[in-house]
Amino acid sequence: MAGKKLGLIVNPIAGIGGRVGLKGSDGLEIQQQARALGAVPLAQERTAAALEVLHSFTGELELVTAPGEMGELVAQKCGFSPQPISGPQRDGGLTTADDTQLAAQAMQEAKVDLILFAGGDGTACDIYQAIGSNFPVLGIPAGVKIYSAVFGITPKDSGELALAFLQGKGVRIHEAEVLDLNEDAYRDGQISTHLCGSLTIPYRRRRVQNQKVPTPASEVVQAQAIATDVVERMTPNQAYILGPGTTTRAIAEHLDLPKTLVGVDIITRDKLLVSDVGEQQILEMLSHRPLKLIVTPTGGQGFLFGRGNQQISPRVIRLVGRENILVVCLASKIAALRGRPLLVDTSDPKVDKLLTGYVEVVTGYREKIIYKIAY
Amino acid sequence: MKPIAKKPSPRRFHQARWDEPVIFELSQTGQRGVLLPPVEAEIEKQVGNPAQKLPEALRRKKPPALPEMSQNQVLRHYVRVSQETLGVDLNIDIGQGTCTMKYNPKINDQLASTPKLTELHPLQDEVTVQGILEIIYRLEGMLKEISGMDRVSLQPGAGSAAIYTNICMIRAYHASRGDAQQRDEVITTIFSHPSNAAAAKVAGYKVITLYPDPDGYPDLEALKAAVSDRTAALLITNPEDTGIFNPHIQEFVDVVHQAGGLCFYDQANANGILGITRAREAGFDACHFNLHKTFSTPHGCGGPGAGASCVTDALAPFLPVPTVEFDGQKYSLNYNRPQSIGKVRPFYGVTPNILRAYAWIMSLGADGLREVSEVAVLNNNYLLKKVLEIRGVSAPYAKGKHRIEQVRYSWEKLTAETGIHSEEMAVRIADFGMHFWTSHHPFVVPEPMTLEPTEAYSKADLDEYVAVLRQMAEEAYTNPEIIKTAPHNSTVHHTHHDPFDDPDEWAVTWRAYLRKTGQTKRE
Repeated sequence: MAGKKLGLIVNPIAGIGGRVGLKGSDGLEIQQQARALGAVPLAQERTAAALEVLHSFTGELELVTAPGEMGELVAQKCGFSPQPISGPQRDGGLTTADDTQLAAQAMQEAKVDLILFAGGDGTACDIYQAIGSNFPVLGIPAGVKIYSAVFGITPKDSGELALAFLQGKGVRIHEAEVLDLNEDAYRDGQISTHLCGSLTIPYRRRRVQNQKVPTPASEVVQAQAIATDVVERMTPNQAYILGPGTTTRAIAEHLDLPKTLVGVDIITRDKLLVSDVGEQQILEMLSHRPLKLIVTPTGGQGFLFGRGNQQISPRVIRLVGRENILVVCLASKIAALRGRPLLVDTSDPKVDKLLTGYVEVVTGYREKIIYKIAY
Repeated sequence: MKPIAKKPSPRRFHQARWDEPVIFELSQTGQRGVLLPPVEAEIEKQVGNPAQKLPEALRRKKPPALPEMSQNQVLRHYVRVSQETLGVDLNIDIGQGTCTMKYNPKINDQLASTPKLTELHPLQDEVTVQGILEIIYRLEGMLKEISGMDRVSLQPGAGSAAIYTNICMIRAYHASRGDAQQRDEVITTIFSHPSNAAAAKVAGYKVITLYPDPDGYPDLEALKAAVSDRTAALLITNPEDTGIFNPHIQEFVDVVHQAGGLCFYDQANANGILGITRAREAGFDACHFNLHKTFSTPHGCGGPGAGASCVTDALAPFLPVPTVEFDGQKYSLNYNRPQSIGKVRPFYGVTPNILRAYAWIMSLGADGLREVSEVAVLNNNYLLKKVLEIRGVSAPYAKGKHRIEQVRYSWEKLTAETGIHSEEMAVRIADFGMHFWTSHHPFVVPEPMTLEPTEAYSKADLDEYVAVLRQMAEEAYTNPEIIKTAPHNSTVHHTHHDPFDDPDEWAVTWRAYLRKTGQTKRE
């Protein structure tokens, strides 16, 4: 542990809206409303629960924190002697997304081994926007909305995973999707997540004591198996619209083609035709050649259309035709739906209706499931 | 004299921990278990060196790198290792749900170890092995009666091998109708025995998996969407791993038959339905049994397993050869079956287990078999009631209804409230000399625990097991650290599963281990 540097960023207002039923904490107005309702942010105590695990290393572990309420204070309270990064200190719950982003950039420059951040999906998005996908980070779940797979299941889990990672105990890193949810829609009773980006996180497969069943393939290997299957189905010269996501990106990677993570691209088996397209470009291409469509649902809610892939508009879907849509999805993502159907919300009720019913979903090499789509 | 003090509950347990090396590490050059006397001159003169008479291609260039050890070292090694395991002969083994860990009567082991069986040679003339052929034939007859099928093969060496045998026969059936190329898809369900999907994939089929409806039943509408003229077969388990019996099974069979597919009933575990329901009446074309589950022979990892493939007359021409026939006077082996899929293992099956299963069924009779299932179901529903009284446990799906022979429980609530995961509970339970299994992957039931008490355990046994679960749940709420840091009294240690996708980080043979750790070079 000696010589290891851990970064810590606390979004002090994360989770403030949760207990008073405001379903999120985005925006100053909501935060003030939450305080007026007597809300107390949970981020400090959740961070403390994670730091508790690291307690016996206060001496040897170098802790680099954001200033004040954004990490410094809670670290001191837990017995560490943190080195705060320089920057404006806005306490009293007045910190903003900019502060998170600046802190993350500073820690990346300071070459910490891992950034531990306490917050929710919004905080994870901020971190992604500041430092991209390739720097190891890990979330302490403290926000109201936790749909991204970049958080420990509990704050303690986050602490334990961070510790094992810093100690080099066989912990690997992998890329996980960051989702964000539209809070305004959520307050109106709609769940609307979209893919915001991805982060590199340490992960450890859950211990499996039983020897009868092999540990499942990692998500990376599952995605490769799906890609192998899809590529086997692809026909020469046929062009495919590839929706956003790490699973669809694995298909492009299998073909040695570049792919935007959150954008929509059009490819053939041999080349990238056009990257990061909008609806008009897709329609334009559809006017002179038939296209097939490969999409994967968003994590958490399982939205197939209408969240983060609005470029694939109702008109595009109509022109492509339901029979030319290929759905791919990791089996673990399907299991996480807990039996809920895949959802579509294209903003055209007729197209939504056209899409409903049962659909084949490729979940592995020569493996598929039959799953329900609803709207 | 003082009376013997009452023992605490749950009982205290401490397992042996030997730090026992891998047997190859114990090897010392020149050590021997047996010193053979030199060959007598006269014999050498007559026979010469027999090794030189082997064909060149069969002769090793150098001796195999086996461990070199004395007899007592070998004995000590394996007794120590045996002390570091749990199993059906040691603990209340109701935690390995779906596996039907019932008592394997020792008398049947004695029967199977009789020289009358062990000294038989598979190439003996069939006239001289009428006894074992009769037992094979009669066991086939019993399994025909239990399943309602028309013919049975006991050749498969394990349950999954029996499933594979059936899928090969299904393919041969479609091939005989010119359909084999087109029908390249097999349908199964996520809560079916995973060997259904696995065997189909090994046989080259594409696999379609159906997910449950909100009540936990396989989704009939999804099946209707899945079937087509590409459907070779439905491979389905019932009751499924959740212990829920699919009441619409007949409709499932009808939908697949209408599409021209065949239906295979996985009865690896038939422990809840003996004498109550049969594959035949639900319209299935084939089924299989694991003799080591329902019929009480030892499991594969404790000895060889054994499987039975059962089919209707329509599939019978494709059975593996040889079949055992009886003409009213003598038993014989029939290889003259032109449509047969061939052999699925050498010779005729795992005969010691065929004998064990035969003895087990004979000791019970038809009424006894039905009673086995009735007691297994009763035990399971008693256990269900007691387990659901424990804080943090639920039994997803089919709320308030009874289950058949097993239940897939969930610790989801306990995890949410304490941060303790099912897999951590599964490690902790070893401290009590017990065991439970979570579930196949993916975890469709979150934080799973699958329990199956079978008929073999008494109410007192079940109560003892439940008391341990209750104590662990209590610990999770009051002293989670003891679970996080488990095991304390067991030899089980934590293994890292993260590098399983990276073959550089694991080895399945000692030779590969030496190579991958840089101790030897690839030969």
